[in-house]
Amino acid sequence: MASNRPRVRVPRNPAKGDVMTIKTLISHEMETGQRRDDEGNVIPRNIIHSFKCVYNGTPVFEADMYPGVSANPYFEFYVKAVESGELEFIWTEDGGQTFSTKEKIEVS
Amino acid sequence: MKGIIQGRGLTRRHMLSGAAMGTVALAGVSVWSRTAKATRAEAMAAIKERVGGKEPQASSKIELDVPEIAENGSTVPMGVRVDSPMTDEDHVKAVHVMATKNPDPEIISFKFTPMSGRANASTRMRLAETQNVIAVAEMSDGSTVMTQKEVKVTIGGCGG
Repeated sequence: MASNRPRVRVPRNPAKGDVMTIKTLISHEMETGQRRDDEGNVIPRNIIHSFKCVYNGTPVFEADMYPGVSANPYFEFYVKAVESGELEFIWTEDGGQTFSTKEKIEVS
Repeated sequence: MKGIIQGRGLTRRHMLSGAAMGTVALAGVSVWSRTAKATRAEAMAAIKERVGGKEPQASSKIELDVPEIAENGSTVPMGVRVDSPMTDEDHVKAVHVMATKNPDPEIISFKFTPMSGRANASTRMRLAETQNVIAVAEMSDGSTVMTQKEVKVTIGGCGG
């Protein structure tokens, strides 16, 4: 998996107490395990089955995903701004490989 | 979004997906509909299992935001919103989303915390054909509420 390129959009300077809108996108086929190749062999399932948003070390939002999530999974969710620091976003693929990215926020 | 997964190995599958991801995704959905299909009873059983054996009550506290008609079953926008103060004492712990006629009825489980601020999240899902989408919310007090909406799928199903 060469270029899954996680992308996230986070407000840089939220006010304390603000509920931040967070958008994330990662490139991934999300192979369902239902499709067959030209020879009739089942293409094995390979999806990102879990997503986690960690705010200064505390998980604040998670998602368990199944093959019913579209390719290139996109999320929009909310996190309350309480202190400056770092948001980490972690995607885990079947087989255990993870993709992650971090964003710094300055809470005023 | 097209071409986003280009540049992998040169297997036929990858070349296909690089060349026309949308088309491949569609093909995937049509293959789906020829394979096993969940029944509504199975979907409901899966939901009950998720929420600890309880029968969720239909409620207007939970809202499912899906299109009435989805032209492309491979990417259908879906959002859920639950009316909750999201405090430590009273918040939504999780929202599970299911599609009754997908081969695998479970789509996603969103897990919230009081730090979420709002019990509101959205993503994009696959629907094999016209069917009901069900969302069940688990509250911090152990209660569960549900709602459902039908989505008509024009392409990607089997003539739905």
